[in-house]
Amino acid sequence: MPNFVMSYLDPSVTGTPGAAGSQFWALIYVFIIFTGVSVAVMAMNWLERKALAHFQIRLGPMRVGPHGLLQPIADAIKLALKEDIIPAEADQFVFWVAPLIGLLAAFAVYVVIPFGPSQAVSDMNIGILFMLGVSSLGVLGIVVAGWASNSHYPLIGALRSSAQMVSYEVAMGLAVVSAILMTSMNASGTGTLSMIGIVQAQQQQGIWFIFKFFPLGFIAFGIFAIAMVAETNRAPFDMAEAESELTAGYHTEYSGLRWSLFMLAEYAAMISVSAIAITLWLGGWMRPFPNLLHAPAWDFIFSLFPGLTFLGLAAIAFIGTVRMPAHSFFRIQRAGLAAFAAVLGFIALLLLVIAVAGRSADASLAARFNQGIGYVYWFVLKVAVFMYLFIWYRATWPRYRFDQLMRIGWKVMLPIALGVLMLTAIVGVMVS
Amino acid sequence: MNPAMNPSSLPVGTPYFFYVLAGLAIAGGVLVITRRNAVHSALALIVTLLAVSGLYLMLYAPFVAGVQIIVYAGGIMVLFLFVIMLVNIDRAAKDRQFNRMWPVGLAAACVLLALFVSAIVKGKTLFPDRMMSLPESSNTQQIASMLYGEAGKMGQYTFAFEIASLLLLVAILGAVIMTRKKI
Repeated sequence: MPNFVMSYLDPSVTGTPGAAGSQFWALIYVFIIFTGVSVAVMAMNWLERKALAHFQIRLGPMRVGPHGLLQPIADAIKLALKEDIIPAEADQFVFWVAPLIGLLAAFAVYVVIPFGPSQAVSDMNIGILFMLGVSSLGVLGIVVAGWASNSHYPLIGALRSSAQMVSYEVAMGLAVVSAILMTSMNASGTGTLSMIGIVQAQQQQGIWFIFKFFPLGFIAFGIFAIAMVAETNRAPFDMAEAESELTAGYHTEYSGLRWSLFMLAEYAAMISVSAIAITLWLGGWMRPFPNLLHAPAWDFIFSLFPGLTFLGLAAIAFIGTVRMPAHSFFRIQRAGLAAFAAVLGFIALLLLVIAVAGRSADASLAARFNQGIGYVYWFVLKVAVFMYLFIWYRATWPRYRFDQLMRIGWKVMLPIALGVLMLTAIVGVMVS
Repeated sequence: MNPAMNPSSLPVGTPYFFYVLAGLAIAGGVLVITRRNAVHSALALIVTLLAVSGLYLMLYAPFVAGVQIIVYAGGIMVLFLFVIMLVNIDRAAKDRQFNRMWPVGLAAACVLLALFVSAIVKGKTLFPDRMMSLPESSNTQQIASMLYGEAGKMGQYTFAFEIASLLLLVAILGAVIMTRKKI
């Protein structure tokens, strides 16, 4: 038995995810990703409230913990303890199962998301198809929830949401196909649907697909970036939960833990569509300029970034500690924030030590750790930029009217996506 | 068994997965026709479709499995639910079934059963007796070369594929024309 486990722990086994013998690692990745995504959703919840508040010149949550840092935890406890109401006239079973459908669809997508060349649960050769298919199952949860509530606003929200998601999926799929076409621009002329293969194709061709055949890749990316906001029902396309028209849309009748499952699914879906966009157009786990600046010195400089990021966060937390009012009321908060700064600083130190120890490109443990941290860091950084964009959109743009939304989806985005797809194919044939 | 395959990468516990998936598909199918509530039927149909897509995966046809999820479970079933939700379920459930088509249905079911039985009886000659040596990773490429052909050559199924796409195009045009007020 110990030998069995140790054989899995041999680092050489993890070379290709999902391949021989790495079921063990796949299981570990599943746990890590599940925890990581849940924590990221909580962090995102806090960040969204804080950033939206600052956009509107408010302070946002300030009471629970320093700068409201513990607010998501307080929210989670509140939601878990709340009374769980099922309306008397609701369809009990469907009402119960709807949030689970949404949550399962949102989390199943993470099976194929590549955080690095071997940092993934599995490398399916139909990765992107699986991803589009399973994320389109998420709408079932919303539709069924709206119907099962047996109430007017949820039903209208569900109808809107299903119409909207079906419409934008078309443009989204065409944009994805044009990116997949770009993967076949190599000597053998065969493309790939594997998420890891798509990033490797960008590495081989030495260009992120957003810049390939400029402006074709850029337009396809733009279409995807718009459609993914609509797919996740976020502002300015949040017709399904337009609070000024439908109270809360499809989850009006939900409360407590079930409601929080919907929120978890929505934020998990946001992260996963951002991950698709990053994998297809923005080079996935690759650091900026991996081919142009590939000298060991550059590798070392870029490997310092994770540590420096955490150092910056620690500095912000430290400044917050110093600037806290010198009143005895803030004593506990100050101690807490100082401890948080210390933890962030310790992580930064650890990452910097790994970066320095693993700067040689040999197969030592430190070097492997260094590489892996680099991959995951750049991927997560790109996702974080997208998450901020989602908040920024919400703070900036007013909500669309439903007919405007449909017109943009069918009469603007779909023709442009078709045109880009055809042009990409033509240019690709002419180039090769 | 394909000797080129790494023995440790061979699927594990295949029969159990098959029985679970097949059981799910059958249970879902039975629920589809026994539920009075149309939304429950639709949900059961989704379970069946997903189980069938799992069976495709076990047959080393990942592309078909992915398309099954996207087209049927993701696309068509959402539209099904969209329509069903607009029906007054309470009244529809109380309505007596008004069509008298059960003899035709019975005949069709018998023909289908006969087809299945004959397929099982003649299975040895109809189907290859061993696992496909097709590498999973080139499944999509193989389908493409069957449909569109390799460089210069026409594919095995190009004609049938184009006919099917024409049929779909006609259906789309019909739907567009029906939305116009005056035809």
